Amino acid sequence: MSIAIENLSKDYGAAPVLSGITTTIVTGEFVAVLGASGCGKSTLLNVIAGLEPPSAGSVGVPAGGAAFMFQDAALLPWLTARANIELALELRGIPRNARRARAGELLELVHLADAGDKRPHELSGGMRQRASLARALGQDRPVLLMDEPFAALDAITRDLLHEELERIWRAHRRTVLFVTHNVREAVRLGQRVLLLSSRPGRIAAEWKIPGHVRTDPAAQAALTGDITQRLREEIRHHAN
Amino acid sequence: MPTSITSATAIARERATARAANPAPDPDPAALPAGPGSQATTDSLGELEAGLDNLQDAPAASRPAAGRILLPLGTLAALLSLWQLAAWFGSPRTDLFPGPLEVLGTAGALAADGRLAEAVATSLQRGVLGFALALAIGTPLGLLLSASTTLRRGLGPLVSGLQVLPSVAWVPAAIIWFGLTDATVFFVVLMGATPSIANGFLSGVDMVPPQYRRLGTVLGASRTQQLLRIVLPAALPGYLAGLKQGWAFSWRSLMAAEIIAVGGSIGFGLGSLLQQGRDLSQMAVVVAAILAILAVGIAVELLVFTPLERRLLHRRGLAPGAGR
Ligand SMILES: Nc1ncnc2c1ncn2[C@@H]1O[C@H](COP(=O)(O)OP(=O)(O)OP(=O)(O)O)[C@@H](O)[C@H]1O
Ligand SMILES: [Mg+2]
Repeated sequence: MSIAIENLSKDYGAAPVLSGITTTIVTGEFVAVLGASGCGKSTLLNVIAGLEPPSAGSVGVPAGGAAFMFQDAALLPWLTARANIELALELRGIPRNARRARAGELLELVHLADAGDKRPHELSGGMRQRASLARALGQDRPVLLMDEPFAALDAITRDLLHEELERIWRAHRRTVLFVTHNVREAVRLGQRVLLLSSRPGRIAAEWKIPGHVRTDPAAQAALTGDITQRLREEIRHHAN
Repeated sequence: MPTSITSATAIARERATARAANPAPDPDPAALPAGPGSQATTDSLGELEAGLDNLQDAPAASRPAAGRILLPLGTLAALLSLWQLAAWFGSPRTDLFPGPLEVLGTAGALAADGRLAEAVATSLQRGVLGFALALAIGTPLGLLLSASTTLRRGLGPLVSGLQVLPSVAWVPAAIIWFGLTDATVFFVVLMGATPSIANGFLSGVDMVPPQYRRLGTVLGASRTQQLLRIVLPAALPGYLAGLKQGWAFSWRSLMAAEIIAVGGSIGFGLGSLLQQGRDLSQMAVVVAAILAILAVGIAVELLVFTPLERRLLHRRGLAPGAGR
């Protein structure tokens, strides 16, 4: 049930984007992937999701496949929030009469029960992102890939969704791969943080976040500082 | 395999646990590793979110629709007055430059002897039938071209080219092939509208954001599901724009065909009325016919396409001008 990434490389014809990435993400683990803009974080998720083939190496994903949460909510604008979630259930093969109840549960899970009949453009950014989360959970896959899902949100909403995500993750124990370029977010959510270097993207460093760090603001701040430092070094490499 | 998604009972259970855990002064940090906000119960989290949602929900603003109706009507009235004044004071030759009152009188006479109604009915019927025919051919053509790269490379430029070709150019050929029959008229309308519809469909499909297809793939859609549930609905606005243009081309082609091909078994349409006015040098008839052609075009636009388009775009939050 774990994700096994073995010596993965990816290029789009020219220079390599990802190079020699090897790591294993165990079942139920929450891994945050950090990196500068353009370092290949989205590419990594796309390859894991099967949206792009790897150029070399291999990716082993559990048989159930991966659910994906895109950077922009990617809700279909002609469907209501509920119908967006129902579409995910439909494409998963859930019979029609079971879909509605299930979608209702999912909406309730992300506190959107009253907004289910609104269309995406009638929802705020945070609500859209929660609907998108509900849809990803509705796919009911063992793995959840999240590509900077909260990057475009204001700080208050993002904070709320962090709690929401943590709550859901704790209740359902998905394997989560969470891409971000926000160090605090990575430390806040991840059990493990991977830092990708740029051009080519390799795993430059890796931190385990022990449980006690999360409840200790001072330790959290210290670790955030360390990781930020390392990230800046990584970016400075490309100054000349 | 991790547990499947919650039911309401699981949420309730979870809330109960959260409540039970809360009174405890300091839950075991290892068992409950979480940030500073972890003390909040699910309930208060939901409340907080509801508050935030309500703040961000803009109340729907409604605008009076009066300006949308009064403004064009007022403009029309002003133009008509100017025209009448010009006819009264500007031109010595009312036979060459009839005013709106005279045209109105002629239109009344045409309506009274039934010619106007006949012409409008004949033309409208042909236009609609021809358009339906073009729809039935153009849509599958667009679908075919969007599905096959080879076909598209081969036929795409031809279809785009045909869209540029003025459909009047087909009239002489059609008369030679079909004689002075309705087939001539339908053929010209078909050649005029089909490329627009096919191209509208194609550009609708082309403009589907790649994100939607990727979403379909991630959600596990088969090829057919991808087409029916994702691509076609996403392409609808572009397709509708193509239909609108297709109708405009149908109507224009029809008028061209009716003006040129008169007689035989071809019925009496608005184009024929226009041509008759010219043959008899009755300028008021000519102007009345032009205005009738214009009026039918505007009516179809306002009664069919505008509501369709507004509904479609409004549902997607894409109609910024809709309320203005
Ligand atoms: N389809 C593609 N064709 C060619 N090059 C691509 C393609 N997709 C991504 N790239 C290149 O790969 C590199 C990594 O892109 P990617 O989107 O994975 O970065 P990222 O880390 O997700 O950046 P951001 O934080 O801005 O989202 C970029 O240099 C980009 O130009
Ligand atoms: Mg990205």
